[in-house]
Amino acid sequence: MRPDQTTQSKRPSLAVEIAGIRLRNPVMPASGTFGYGEEYAPFLDLEDIGAIVTKGLSLKPKAGNPTPRIAETISGMLNAIGLQNVGIDAFKKHKIPFLRTLNTPVIANFFGNTLEEYGEVAERLEDIPEIVAAELNISCPNVKQGGIVFGTDPKAASEVVRLVRSKLSKPLIVKLTPNVTDITVVARAVEEAGADAICCINTLTGMSIDIRTRKPRLANRTGGLSGPAIRPIAVRMVHQVVQAVSLPVIGVGGIVRAMDALEFLIAGATAVQVGTANFVDPSAMITIINGIEEFCIEEGIDDINQLIGSLR
Amino acid sequence: MKNYRTKIISNQEISPGYYRMRILAPGFGKKARSGQFVMFRVQRSLPPLLRRPFGIFRTGFLPPDCDDMPPTEYVEILYKRVGRGTTIMAELHEGDRVELLGPLGNGFDLTSSGGEKILVGGGIGLVPLYMLASELVDNNSVRLLMGGRTRDDILAVTEFERLGVETYVSTDDGSLGEEGLVTQVLERKLQKYPDAEVFACGPMPMLKAVREKCLEYQAPLQVSLEEFMACGVGACLGCVVKGVGHTDETPSYLCTCTAGPVFKAEHLDWTGLGNNDSECGGCS
Ligand SMILES: Cc1cc2nc3c(=O)[nH]c(=O)nc-3n(C[C@H](O)[C@H](O)[C@H](O)COP(=O)(O)OP(=O)(O)OC[C@H]3O[C@@H](n4cnc5c(N)ncnc54)[C@H](O)[C@@H]3O)c2cc1C
Ligand SMILES: Cc1cc2nc3c(=O)[nH]c(=O)nc-3n(C[C@H](O)[C@H](O)[C@H](O)COP(=O)(O)O)c2cc1C
Ligand code: FES
Repeated sequence: MRPDQTTQSKRPSLAVEIAGIRLRNPVMPASGTFGYGEEYAPFLDLEDIGAIVTKGLSLKPKAGNPTPRIAETISGMLNAIGLQNVGIDAFKKHKIPFLRTLNTPVIANFFGNTLEEYGEVAERLEDIPEIVAAELNISCPNVKQGGIVFGTDPKAASEVVRLVRSKLSKPLIVKLTPNVTDITVVARAVEEAGADAICCINTLTGMSIDIRTRKPRLANRTGGLSGPAIRPIAVRMVHQVVQAVSLPVIGVGGIVRAMDALEFLIAGATAVQVGTANFVDPSAMITIINGIEEFCIEEGIDDINQLIGSLR
Repeated sequence: MKNYRTKIISNQEISPGYYRMRILAPGFGKKARSGQFVMFRVQRSLPPLLRRPFGIFRTGFLPPDCDDMPPTEYVEILYKRVGRGTTIMAELHEGDRVELLGPLGNGFDLTSSGGEKILVGGGIGLVPLYMLASELVDNNSVRLLMGGRTRDDILAVTEFERLGVETYVSTDDGSLGEEGLVTQVLERKLQKYPDAEVFACGPMPMLKAVREKCLEYQAPLQVSLEEFMACGVGACLGCVVKGVGHTDETPSYLCTCTAGPVFKAEHLDWTGLGNNDSECGGCS
């Protein structure tokens, strides 16, 4: 646990609530950057962070894309992992026993290749008591309908959220893709379809070319851009979504330091996720939590909720 | 494994474009095994964003400045200047702050001890072989076959000799040792020592040629691979290679950072290896 600072001054309360889940603080990992939690256990106390968010899970194990899968860019990285994961059944069997030992809420991120698959994963998540909430990744192509990405079409997004909602009584967080013309349209659609919270943003589609070989740096040609490079876009989109819907919003995109996380909170995010920064510094989330606390003390804020959405 | 927030003890160019860096790392040596690596953060500020993976060349202790001080433990890496990160590294000095995550990954398997051991290094690929040699020399007869493009790519050979390792050097241009490929030397050694076990690290074309020879002479082979890495701890799944038997229907992807970087040759699907044009630090 983090050192107790009660002797110095009264510690501000960092606890927040999202869709009925109480988090000890608003900082959690972004899906796909923190494995299944255990990978980072040697480097930070998993009971110091607000929640654990798993790698995206699917019905069957998924192999992912050919390599190279990652490429560094200035202040960011492109990834085309291809959602490699162990599958929901292996997750339950091999990853839950470790997660069960922790006093930290576990949020399962999941996806499907078809509408039906989304529904089936949701059904299985409903049956895993250790999972307190589900985060629905709709940035995936629908293989049955010409590969259109669910999250770029308000109708498809609404349909998948409605189906998942009907199978899942747990809190449902819907994670939006930024690769759309107007994110508020999709945000409103998923709100109407029954989402309990919105998480944004997923990665921005990008491309990088090796000028000597004249080949794309990623085998998949394109990939998702993450890291500090996307932060201003993420802050803008969180701001837009907060204005557009009345659901709680989890902000994600390029957070490396406490001041980055604070931007999202001030813009109206109830919590934040830290992704790529975990690779740079495996204890980044702890530094961020401590920095948020210090900021609150400096600013005379005794409850983080006073800061959330305080944009002037 | 641990994240060391630490500083540089020394950083020197040892051959044109190649550097040796010593980094303060108390307690590191006890945990490190040959073939493991570190994720190195070249500076506190960004960019570069990601850490860089480097093999562990060796660990050791510096004598204390005065008698009542404990000796200073360090980890040493050898690196080639190739891009953004290593260019920044080349400019670093004693006392500069850096971060080091490690020791990481799965090292060499030394369970079949006793007998002939042949170590094959291509350019900067010799890095993980030094600790391996020092672990092997007591109970085995160890030979190092070291290849490079020119004499400048042949590093640290005298240090291997000091361990008691017999060394054979070959260069593409004949500027040092025998002219030609390291696999020519390997073939002769395999003819002479049919029971030898082979350990190799270097550019992919060299590893593929070494594997061909080992198949031909039925010599067991372990290789250390390089892949692009973001996390180094098995979380991002960016660093995978195909395992043996991989098909689109029954995929088998292994993380280079956790299942590797050292693999037994028979556990890999060699057809898919080396299709990416990563600038391999050696003589590719
Ligand atoms: C397990 C392992 C051990 C290694 N050991 C050594 C060593 O002991 N000495 C040494 O000189 N080099 C070693 N390398 C290669 C070294 O990591 C790269 O040369 C280095 O990352 C290049 O960084 P850069 O910023 O100078 O190059 P840039 O080309 O600017 O790097 C851009 C990005 O590509 C990645 N990258 C580029 N080349 C490689 C490569 N060959 N392998 C993996 N990632 C790469 C970088 O990490 C970075 O994310 C090792 C690689 C791995 C995977
Ligand atoms: C290597 C990698 C893998 C990711 N995998 C997933 C995933 O499985 N599911 C998902 O919803 N988002 C995934 N993401 C997106 C992140 O969760 C996050 O939305 C994005 O990276 C932006 O945050 P960041 O800039 O802090 O990294 C992944 C990102 C990266 C870099
Ligand atoms: S580098 Fe992230 S899984 Fe290997």
